[in-house]
Amino acid sequence: MSGEEEWRRVDGRRWDELRSIRIESGVLPNADGSAYIEMGRNKIIVGVYGPREMHPKHLARPHTGVLRCRYHMAPFSTEPRRSPAPSRRDVEITMVMRYALEPAIFLERYPRSTIDVYAEVLQADGGTRCASITAAAVALADAGIPLRDLVAACSAGKYDGRIVLDLNDHEDKYGEADLPIAYMPNLGSITLLQMDGLLTPEELDRCITLAIDGCMRIYEVQREALKRKYEVKKEGGEG
Amino acid sequence: MKVGRGGIASRLKMKRIQEAISTGKRLDGRGLEDYRDIRVRTGVIEKADGSSEVFIGDTRVIAGVEVSYGPPFEDTPGEGILICNAEIVPLASPEIEPGPPDEVSIELARIVDRGLRSAGIVDFSKMEIIPKKTVYVINVDIFVLNYAGNLIDASSLAAVAALRSTIKPVFEAAGGEIVPSGRREPLEVRSIPISVTLSKVAGALLVDPTSDEEEVMETRLTVTLDERGNICAIQKSGPEALSLEEVRKAINIARSKAPEIRRKIMEGI
Repeated sequence: MSGEEEWRRVDGRRWDELRSIRIESGVLPNADGSAYIEMGRNKIIVGVYGPREMHPKHLARPHTGVLRCRYHMAPFSTEPRRSPAPSRRDVEITMVMRYALEPAIFLERYPRSTIDVYAEVLQADGGTRCASITAAAVALADAGIPLRDLVAACSAGKYDGRIVLDLNDHEDKYGEADLPIAYMPNLGSITLLQMDGLLTPEELDRCITLAIDGCMRIYEVQREALKRKYEVKKEGGEG
Repeated sequence: MKVGRGGIASRLKMKRIQEAISTGKRLDGRGLEDYRDIRVRTGVIEKADGSSEVFIGDTRVIAGVEVSYGPPFEDTPGEGILICNAEIVPLASPEIEPGPPDEVSIELARIVDRGLRSAGIVDFSKMEIIPKKTVYVINVDIFVLNYAGNLIDASSLAAVAALRSTIKPVFEAAGGEIVPSGRREPLEVRSIPISVTLSKVAGALLVDPTSDEEEVMETRLTVTLDERGNICAIQKSGPEALSLEEVRKAINIARSKAPEIRRKIMEGI
């Protein structure tokens, strides 16, 4: 393991280093809650509307609220340009994103209502589902929706024979494995877990624990983003 | 079809299922880690280049393979193409209505696809016919004929069995054009990935859920393994969370069940 400390990745990071991450909350005036995240070269904006009345009405549930999500990539978010129509990948990510966020929300408190979470990927650089979930949790908190915990998401994987944290686009495409996780740090709950690639059982376990460690660090950035907005409001408030 | 959290009927069902699970049994008498009877047949559709039919209990899935040719994807110019598609057709269950594939079918196809691809089931680098211009294209179409739970494991099994039974047409290049050679040869299948899906029902992890168990399940985790015991795909799907201990336990159960299911596929072909 002695070479591990000196070894640097294609973008100069160490094996257990996150990309630079910046989160800002309350960025969309029309939305009830919103957040913007930059993680490496990923740029993603998330808007939350609700809890609000469900339309169409037949989708409303009498005893509980419903969480609806949409993960969508802008045509200009990738090179070459992608079609604006939702791909099969978008449909799947939309679904796992909903499953990743749902455990954090007290949906039973909002019968007949919906909470809508819209994530727009403006620029994609690997790990967009994780960054979208991370930003969505901040946007939900920003909307004033009580949460059991924040949900932080991060990937780990294998590139060039080594286990690495937070894969970028290049490492995702040319690496041996990619494992995104979403995690509720205070509850110790895994809400998203996917894996694609080839790992031995030992490597898999190392990836899972490394990704959870990444989630813990991202959680701190989420908290800071929410605190910062609150503090700014206090100083600049009319009162 | 929906994952988890049903209405009043399923709350009653939930109670019965829970009571059974607390004694380590299930409503149909199985233990938590027992599959229903698995049957695999191949060569069920003569017109397809490869085909299979898989039964897991009352769940019935059919898969067809066609090998053709076409231009490669831009980002992988020298590699062949594998496309996986899944449809839960309306005759499979009273709950399915005709229409374009919904998120459940799309997820199903993508989980199966990732398992095949990550396990390196075929050698994509050996599928070029005209360099950078034409490659072999393998289409795997999965059809669910009867839905009685555990579609992911059944579909993945059907896809692998169909690919293993495939006798592909050989295409040759002459003057920059593709000409069928008239010859056929078996598709070289290098690996047998097996998906094992664990469902969390009433707090317990069990394999091979029935549709009733799926209706009340909290969440599920699919683990796909190759014959060397490596993990080639994972998918958590469902509205509730899992602890790290549960994830580890699920992976271990999947590792212990996969060889047993792999034997079924070997026997079936």
